[in-house]
Amino acid sequence: MNILNLLKVSINAVASNKMRSFLSMLGIIIGVAAVIAMMSIGQGSKESIRKELSAMGTNLLTIRPGADQGPGGVRQDPSAMQTLKAADYERILAEKKFVQYVSPEVSASGQVVYGNSNTSASIYGETPEYLDIKQWTVEEGVCFTEEDIHKSAKVCVIGTTIVSELFGDNVDPLGKTIRFKSIPLRVVGVLKSKGYNSWGMDQDNVIIAPYTCVMKRIAAQTYFSSIICSALTEELSDNAIEELTQILRQSHKIKDESGDSDDFTIRSQAEMMQTMSSTMDTVTLILGIAAGFSLLIAGIGIMNIMLVSVTERTKEIGLRMAVGATGLVISVQFLIESIIISVTGGIFGVLLGIGASNFVLPIFGMPSSVPSWSIFLSFGVCVAIGIIFGYIPARKAANMDPIEAIRHE
Amino acid sequence: MIDNNNNKDLVSSPDEEKREAKVVIELRDVKRYFQVGSETVKALRGISFKIYEGEFVTIQGTSGSGKSTLLNQLGCLDTPTSGEYYLDGVPVRKMSKNQRAHLRNRKIGFVFQNYNLLAKTTAVENVELPLMYNSKYTAKQRREAAIKALQAVGLGDRLEHKSNQMSGGQMQRVAIARALVNDPTILLADEATGNLDTRTSFEMLVLFQKLHAEGHTIIFVTHNPEIAEYSSRNINLRDGRIREDTLNPHIKSAAEALAALPKTQDD
Ligand SMILES: Nc1ncnc2c1ncn2[C@@H]1O[C@H](COP(=O)(O)OP(=O)(O)OP(=O)(O)O)[C@@H](O)[C@H]1O
Ligand SMILES: [Mg+2]
Repeated sequence: MNILNLLKVSINAVASNKMRSFLSMLGIIIGVAAVIAMMSIGQGSKESIRKELSAMGTNLLTIRPGADQGPGGVRQDPSAMQTLKAADYERILAEKKFVQYVSPEVSASGQVVYGNSNTSASIYGETPEYLDIKQWTVEEGVCFTEEDIHKSAKVCVIGTTIVSELFGDNVDPLGKTIRFKSIPLRVVGVLKSKGYNSWGMDQDNVIIAPYTCVMKRIAAQTYFSSIICSALTEELSDNAIEELTQILRQSHKIKDESGDSDDFTIRSQAEMMQTMSSTMDTVTLILGIAAGFSLLIAGIGIMNIMLVSVTERTKEIGLRMAVGATGLVISVQFLIESIIISVTGGIFGVLLGIGASNFVLPIFGMPSSVPSWSIFLSFGVCVAIGIIFGYIPARKAANMDPIEAIRHE
Repeated sequence: MIDNNNNKDLVSSPDEEKREAKVVIELRDVKRYFQVGSETVKALRGISFKIYEGEFVTIQGTSGSGKSTLLNQLGCLDTPTSGEYYLDGVPVRKMSKNQRAHLRNRKIGFVFQNYNLLAKTTAVENVELPLMYNSKYTAKQRREAAIKALQAVGLGDRLEHKSNQMSGGQMQRVAIARALVNDPTILLADEATGNLDTRTSFEMLVLFQKLHAEGHTIIFVTHNPEIAEYSSRNINLRDGRIREDTLNPHIKSAAEALAALPKTQDD
């Protein structure tokens, strides 16, 4: 019996029991659609994060306190996180060649109040250069100045979310005084809106103030959370990292050239992007595996249906054997049947998954982009499910004794 | 070839003079017991005979005497509990499952007592079934052979009827057509005319006699003693043993008998 005949017989068998075939396909359809949707969320998030990170400036460099622990490293003791001081900043300013802009950063979060409105926000203590590094612009008013830094002036630039939360539509925020943790800050500028980032964080819910002000008056600390810099160009990022490393080692009196005893970590945006993307890959994988389990269950469903089908068709199997079908041919027939169910289910699942990714996920503001490999993967998995879970029922059919099978009622 | 002269345990065969012909089937003390719960049903209690190429053998016997069980052995569908079955000189017991399947497909045509047609399947598809497992046939050849076989049993106008849209007699004829379609050398029929009216059963008998004349070996289980008059040999079973094995010196012509039947109005 050639494979074409077998295919015909199997298709007939699947088609003659439409409802049952459809129900056993349903598991596969949902499973595959779920896998594709998950992959698409993963891929979509990765792409949007990538876009965002590169929009922030690919020449961005971040210096953090503490030794390099790699992504997800162990927590270090608090004193190790207090290594970036004003002296470091001054030294960088004095000696920088490949570094363009520098801004120490001190951040805090809490309630911000104006009149009887209040909202929670993060405050970032920076220098005006921070806006250049981040490629942010002030839309109304001005940014605070070097002078303000010098005087630890109680001034700030705020994002549009803060404006709408505290002032509403009718009040001009410029010149008004808001209170962050009871410290009064005069609004001198409003940032251009940036919207949400892919983590779902509102980038307009920020207050930027002179770092000296935040450090002394709000956070009450003598060290920086980090120092943000930009290299002259993206290509010079490595030179800039080297330069900053040397400066900080001198400043911290570290003789060791290997980097093992460094008490700071410098990351470039490119590295960040890599870390992000590998983190997202892990997340995607976990999502995919979770969805994959539903495929496993669907496979068991197919096996169940096929076992019922084999038992129901015992007489037919016996007859086919009596007229010359070998066990192999019978088992291939049932195997093809289960593959037809799983692959047809897979096709509908892929369509449903693509549909959901393109039309449903965007409604909920989820980033999505179906990676083409996920389609091929799903197909492969469906064929595998058909074979693996069709095997036991097929073997059961093949091992039947023709005369016993024919007598089966 | 099995030398049949030194088989002393054979029931004395009535056709010793036919030694020159080829032995297609030889049973030697075949027993078939079934275990039903704690009880042993002895369906065949030691059957020995030879069937020569081109014989038309009818097997008779009371219900439960073991006719179907015997036919299943001959059709390579079942294996004896003890004893040997040689088909064309080859012991069936030693054949692999696949070899037996191949034999059933190419050499043997089997008409089941209860037809065993595929449900919800058309007559022509039912008849095509054995050829589906023969890669020598193309789809077109298969269809042609099936139509030819159905025409031979007088169902040329019922090709696309499904098995549940046919009468018992029609289903029986589809089953006969299916057994004929692979042009088997051995045709085994279990009550192949049991459900047919006199006229149609004579038509089938004419067909079997024609196949016999063409050289096919036919083994035909029947309850109707009259049919034995149209075969060349009759084996009578009782209680799983051969009671009688006789040659028929005066084979009647089914075609003549059919012509002599009064014409019926209801067609
Ligand atoms: N698979 C089986 N399991 C148990 N007993 C069986 C089985 N097949 C046949 N038998 C028994 O073997 C005996 C012979 O059965 P068989 O079907 O060969 O009779 P038969 O001569 O064909 O009868 P009928 O003329 O009614 O068709 C019966 O007693 C039957 O009950
Ligand atoms: Mg019987």
